[in-house]
Amino acid sequence: MTDVANAIVLLTNFVIVPGVAYGSQLALGALGVTLVFGILRFANFAHGDVMAFGTMVALLTTWWFQGMGVGIAPLPTALIALPFGIVAAVAFNLSADRVVFRFYRRRKSPPVILLIASVGVMFALQGIVRFIIGPDDRRLADGARFIIKASEFKAATGLKEGLAIKLSQGLTVVVTAIAVTALFWFLHRTRAGKAMRAYSDNEDLALLSGVSPDRVVLYAWLIAGTLAAVAGTMYGIDKSFKPFTYFQLLLPIFASAILGGIGHPIGAVVGGFIVALSETAVTYAYKKFLRYLLPESWEPSGLMQLLSTDYKLAISFVILVVVLLVRPTGIFRGRVLS
Amino acid sequence: MTPKLRTPTLFAVMALLLAAVGVGQSWVVSLSILNLCLISAIMALGLNMQWGYAGLLNVGVMGFAALGGLAGVLVSEAPVGEAWAAGGDGLGFALLIVVGVALLIVLLRRFLRKGPLRTAATALLLVAGFFLARKFFDPAVESIERIDSTTTGYLGGAGLPIILSWAVGGLLAAGAAWLIGKVALGLRTDYFAIATLGIAEIVITVIKNEDWLGRGVKNVTGLDRPVPYEIDLQASPWFLDLVQWLGTDAIAGSSIFVKLCYAVLFALVLIAVVWLAERALNSPWGRMMRAIRDNEDAAAAMGKDVTRRHMQIFVLGAAVMGIAGAMLTTLDGQFTPGSYQPLRFTFLVWVMVIVGGSGNNWGAVLGGFLIWFLWVEAEPAAFWLMDAITAGLPEDNTLRAHLLDSAAYMRLIVIGLILLVVMRFSPRGIIPERRGR
Repeated sequence: MTDVANAIVLLTNFVIVPGVAYGSQLALGALGVTLVFGILRFANFAHGDVMAFGTMVALLTTWWFQGMGVGIAPLPTALIALPFGIVAAVAFNLSADRVVFRFYRRRKSPPVILLIASVGVMFALQGIVRFIIGPDDRRLADGARFIIKASEFKAATGLKEGLAIKLSQGLTVVVTAIAVTALFWFLHRTRAGKAMRAYSDNEDLALLSGVSPDRVVLYAWLIAGTLAAVAGTMYGIDKSFKPFTYFQLLLPIFASAILGGIGHPIGAVVGGFIVALSETAVTYAYKKFLRYLLPESWEPSGLMQLLSTDYKLAISFVILVVVLLVRPTGIFRGRVLS
Repeated sequence: MTPKLRTPTLFAVMALLLAAVGVGQSWVVSLSILNLCLISAIMALGLNMQWGYAGLLNVGVMGFAALGGLAGVLVSEAPVGEAWAAGGDGLGFALLIVVGVALLIVLLRRFLRKGPLRTAATALLLVAGFFLARKFFDPAVESIERIDSTTTGYLGGAGLPIILSWAVGGLLAAGAAWLIGKVALGLRTDYFAIATLGIAEIVITVIKNEDWLGRGVKNVTGLDRPVPYEIDLQASPWFLDLVQWLGTDAIAGSSIFVKLCYAVLFALVLIAVVWLAERALNSPWGRMMRAIRDNEDAAAAMGKDVTRRHMQIFVLGAAVMGIAGAMLTTLDGQFTPGSYQPLRFTFLVWVMVIVGGSGNNWGAVLGGFLIWFLWVEAEPAAFWLMDAITAGLPEDNTLRAHLLDSAAYMRLIVIGLILLVVMRFSPRGIIPERRGR
């Protein structure tokens, strides 16, 4: 029996806990992408860099607070700097819309034009972020490191395998839960949220019913910016902040949004968790896990790893391509515009 | 200005810009920019075929360029006999299994009707094939990578002149494009974009991690060269005579001579590609492509096979990108998978096509020249600008130091702004597509 418990703890420690934390971050990112897609009908290639921009401002504010000796130990200082990051990301999104996207929207340009314009925004924003803070890897986390330490867990349960949960992982999940709940409450319970859903579902009908398109678009950018800053900062606290990594996050984020059904908020959350968990599950070496469960004579000789960890990024895309082929609408039947 | 005069004038301006760099900085710098301009122009032509002629939003240029680059290694490096002996059989066996399983799946899907049984059988075959192939693949790879891993540790190439890799790179990229097209071409535009972005990333990951193939991130350096080496030139009497007659010194002269040789080779390829592309665009085939791009349904109603034509142009465009990728590896003299980044190899090429004028071959060429020129020259320009702005501050001022350090990133802002400004005020590019033929 202890062998089974050991195996479960082992899997939880190395696959489920990191997967759930990463999944929360992807879910937040994918929600932003999916909302912009639902309202403005284009895939925003600048979203990863908006995340980097928001995180950068949060990081600068964190340094400022740390310099003044302000903190909320044991929680990381970045958490109270987060509102500044949110304001910055929202301000960027709104000005990008005012300067770039509004023009094409008013002319009713095809979505592809907006997509290419977002590539231009992406270039400029990458330049801005690197210009201000440089391309290096930086740490955002301070305060306590763990909620549960592996050694404490071992002592408490008497098992051979330890379970460690980092504070950053716990925080990520909590913050994501709050953000997602607030978003769904907004979308389903408020007038503005209902207007957004109506607009996303059928633009003409919503306009006929008196929904203001400018207002809806404003909300979409506002929420997308907020989610981007939160996702970026949580990722930064959990791992580290490096502008290039945030650009690369765009790939699994797109995969999550499409997997769940683009334009569909619940889909984005589910997609995020599926992508993250399969990334950790497929690249985990199951040798030790199987040793606990199988009789001794069956012990596997290899690492029992499906793919090396170098292929992490590739996995989300294999999932994406398979989904696109088998069920192009995604799990939750997102919109399929021609 | 009449459209007829516009194109030559713009290219003359471009030539003047390059000449200005030659006079102002140095001719070596100017020629190295020119060489990369030529390669960029070919890459942009490839993307222009896909996007400009046919409206395929391919965001995976990087993958095809990298496959072309890989061809440089596979063609020119000497074969490693020991590695072949150690792992060649295992690899061959694994390859046979993969091909066999793929054939089985194709057959199965042809004979079984759509339903849960077919899905289950396909999945089962895939999983079984994966593990069976890994059984032979893993030990073979291990023994290959163990052989002299500091210098080789891979299978090596064919030991042929590297110039052949330009054609091989094109073929390799075309083959990959065929496979990718089979999977992705049915998707709608933005899904196709995201899928190709991901597939390019997968291609790079594979090249980076499969050390037996092209040494991965350990890089292959000192590749074969299609032009003479500077040191040989400096030792050969005819070259010394030439330099003396021109009145320059041998070291600078040899460097310029080598770069000129590359420029001539690249220019020949560019001229050939432009000539073929222009012929194709102005033929009935080109008209059909534009018709499909502008209205797929109408073209299909006229009996055009839209899917097949899309596949055709996707493969052709990818081949051109592969050729450019192989040329780039040849120019660099090394293959470094770590240097392939989507920003430089995919999105920058996109900016070239959009700014130059999608659908117009001359536009793509000019875009390739202009954007590469700006990409390189934005850095010294920004440095000079920052230096001028902060000239009043003392040398050790933090702000001044930071601004001068960060000047390199101005190029990203410049390229982004150029793309946005051109899209806004000249949406069809600097040399727009000619309509109504």
